[in-house]
Amino acid sequence: MVIMYVLLAMMIIAAIAAIEMEDLISSVIAVGAVGLVLSIAFLVLKVPDLAITQLVVEILCLIILIRATLKRDLPFSASGRWFLNTFIAVAFVVIFLIFAYYSVKDLPTFGYPVMKVAKFYVDSALLKTGATNIVAAVILDFRAYDTLGEATILFTAVIGVMAVMRRIGRKKIGEKIEDENE
Amino acid sequence: MALYLLCIALFTIGLYGILRKRNIIKIVISMMIAEYAINLMFVLVGYRYEGRSPILSPDQEILNMVDPLPQAIVLTAIVIGLAVTAMTVAIAIRIYEKYGTFDVTKINRLRG
Repeated sequence: MVIMYVLLAMMIIAAIAAIEMEDLISSVIAVGAVGLVLSIAFLVLKVPDLAITQLVVEILCLIILIRATLKRDLPFSASGRWFLNTFIAVAFVVIFLIFAYYSVKDLPTFGYPVMKVAKFYVDSALLKTGATNIVAAVILDFRAYDTLGEATILFTAVIGVMAVMRRIGRKKIGEKIEDENE
Repeated sequence: MALYLLCIALFTIGLYGILRKRNIIKIVISMMIAEYAINLMFVLVGYRYEGRSPILSPDQEILNMVDPLPQAIVLTAIVIGLAVTAMTVAIAIRIYEKYGTFDVTKINRLRG
């Protein structure tokens, strides 16, 4: 698994670049790099469905973020309580790491998953659903209500974005609409 | 074990960005990074050495296959992450139009 170490190191470097760069467009591009390397990591981990989905979602996120950052100001604002902010952030991160250390010790060893629940799905996927791809069988047949909820959340998000971004309300009779789209 | 720790390090970078940065777009980017780290963590827990992808074939048994269940759950989580990102970016754009800045400390018109 040397390649996984290399890919994770690349992701960490790109993430630090994305957070610490001062230009907003540069950090958007860097977070795109994190997502694309994550897609390759999914391929290495033998998860082809997730790799494809991650690729598509990453490109959509990039388009949305670039739409948000074009022609906007630069984030130069280093004034204020620099020391206090950094101290609080580092303290939270240290507390998180202490809890994470104890929880990682209880996980199953890397490379040997337990697969107690998955055994049922693997055994009866072909018999009950006729699908050879077990991931597709799980999300579309065994747990179809999850996928229905996911579609509902997507629909709700689209409605929410439309409600937030909409400029012009209902027009009164005889009122002229001034078009101020950018 | 070391891969778990590297994955947690990636999550920690996102957590630091959420807590420390003052630009809204930077906070959204940090949320995306933390979400990627958690998705990768789930897939790493289900990985098996010498395993094959969970697609049935005549020479495929349970014991040489990676765990398909975390993958199915993460597939849902990725798409929901896209919805969350779109929603937060839309709110950020509206805040920029109303206040003229992305800085969270300058957005204080609601202060009483």
